[in-house]
Amino acid sequence: MSVQMQLEQVGFSYNGGRQIFDDISFEVKAGEIVCLLGPNGIGKTTLLTCMAKLREPNKGRIRLNGEDMAGLSTKDVARVIGYVPQTLTPSFDFTVLDYVVTGSAPWLGTFEKPGSEHYERAKKALVQMEIEHLRDKAYTRISTGELQQVSIARAIAQRSRLILMDEPTAHLDHGNQIKVLRLVKELATEGYGVVLTTHNPDQVLLLEAKVAVIDRQARFHFGDWEEILTEKLLSDLYGVEMRLIEFEGIQRKLCVAPKL
Amino acid sequence: MNLKQDSGNIQYRQWLWLLSVLLFLGVFLSLSLGRYSNDPLKVLNVLLARMGAAVDVDPAMDSIVFNVRLPRILASIMIGAMLSLSGAVYQSVFRNPLVSPDLLGVSSGAAVGAAGAILLGAGLVTRQVFAFIGGITAVLITSLVPRILRNRSNMMLVLSGIIVGGFLSSVLAIMKFVAEEQTELSSIVFWQMGSLSSILGRELLAILPVFLVCSNLLLLLSWRINILAFGDVEARTLGVNVRQVRGIVIVCASLLTASAVSISGTIGWIGLVVPHLGRLVVGSDNTRTMPLAILIGSLFMLLIDTLARTVSSVEVPLSILTGFVGAPLYAFLLYKQKTRLD
Repeated sequence: MSVQMQLEQVGFSYNGGRQIFDDISFEVKAGEIVCLLGPNGIGKTTLLTCMAKLREPNKGRIRLNGEDMAGLSTKDVARVIGYVPQTLTPSFDFTVLDYVVTGSAPWLGTFEKPGSEHYERAKKALVQMEIEHLRDKAYTRISTGELQQVSIARAIAQRSRLILMDEPTAHLDHGNQIKVLRLVKELATEGYGVVLTTHNPDQVLLLEAKVAVIDRQARFHFGDWEEILTEKLLSDLYGVEMRLIEFEGIQRKLCVAPKL
Repeated sequence: MNLKQDSGNIQYRQWLWLLSVLLFLGVFLSLSLGRYSNDPLKVLNVLLARMGAAVDVDPAMDSIVFNVRLPRILASIMIGAMLSLSGAVYQSVFRNPLVSPDLLGVSSGAAVGAAGAILLGAGLVTRQVFAFIGGITAVLITSLVPRILRNRSNMMLVLSGIIVGGFLSSVLAIMKFVAEEQTELSSIVFWQMGSLSSILGRELLAILPVFLVCSNLLLLLSWRINILAFGDVEARTLGVNVRQVRGIVIVCASLLTASAVSISGTIGWIGLVVPHLGRLVVGSDNTRTMPLAILIGSLFMLLIDTLARTVSSVEVPLSILTGFVGAPLYAFLLYKQKTRLD
């Protein structure tokens, strides 16, 4: 099962107001990780919600496995795309299993309820995420790091092949950030396509991912991190001096700010 | 069928059985209690005779059991079920455990309708019809306001309910103000406190179709209601047609509440408290909470109404009793939930 999403000159504005972004074209395939970078308020999350069909672009077209997404139902989209929101706003104390099993919703009719196979699938997703011990816990009473993992488990139970994550490392401590990134890497190895937004350019280097950048002039850059991420672009992007350095012993480049 | 296959499943089934048995016993006990006779044996004889057994029966007892007590008992069960189920549904859809089924103005609309009928000097049936129409009209207006203001969020709907409810309270106040004090005003006040004293088989038949259709639809949608409780964005990314499902659910729950209120008057607390009891016992999963809320609500209302007609020589209005029982119970439930947080 492969997956492919193409954005063709996509633009978006709220109710015909100012154009938030424009002319965005790139592609993401199975096994690839794409990081969306850009300063605050430039529209990273908006772009991600367009890709999840939570919003409709006012320009251009998004193709999902070749088909124009504007013509697909939310259910068709949900069978391919899993969306992991930045925060969950819990209401009642559903168990983690109750939450993860909702991933089977796009595969069930309106009046159907999940059967044992769907509960099995949900449990398997928990095992895959190594969080089966959380199964019967209330999802309102676990840590934000665990909640992030639970949310990803739901996307797996949803059988989606393309997972969109809105700042998956926000609200996490450093150790959990690295764990989530390792998980993203593993998902890509297993053939999932992953698109995530992030505020930390160093994560792109950690993931050795493709990178999509909306810069301060709302220009769009896309490509492998080696060709796109330059010290000049990063410094412009964040309005402070940024350095890219090779660091011996960890086999990767670092993206850091110099001494204050 | 619930296929969750965990330890909670056995517990859930045990609760279903326990409550069903209690309900059955409760009905028999309530049939035996009343002003005419308090003898369970006589009731048993009457029941056996109706089933074809050759036993001596007091014909007056037969009439009382089947024409007076049974319709009222069935009505109390149905009304308890309707209010509790719609309460559970409203709380999930609006993602708020403090919500009761009159959030969108059903009760105030029904009260205005009933008061209108009382002021016009109309009879009981007209009063019930007016109350039903009033309740449904109030919900319709509530759901129109967000459309007019072009903001279809859940919060807007809640605010709209407050606006419509507030407006209707003033309309009701005017009606009370102009009402004839000795007759009309006391009728309006008594209606607002809820009572089943005038229930006949006719009323039962009138609300039965709404009860069957709406509660079955809601039970079928119970898992989708879970998804709505996780939030709109979550539901949409799972391919759920939020507007459609929420629409069906709100219409069904409002019809249930309006039907119940139209024959009984407004009854407080039950729609708020019973869903909490259900959640405390089997957790938040609506595929379990909703059936359980129906059973608990039936039992609760049966108990309250039996008390209302037996505890003193005059009928006690239902809201007085539901308040006395429901308010402390709610406090206890909040206390339980707090300790579980620690």
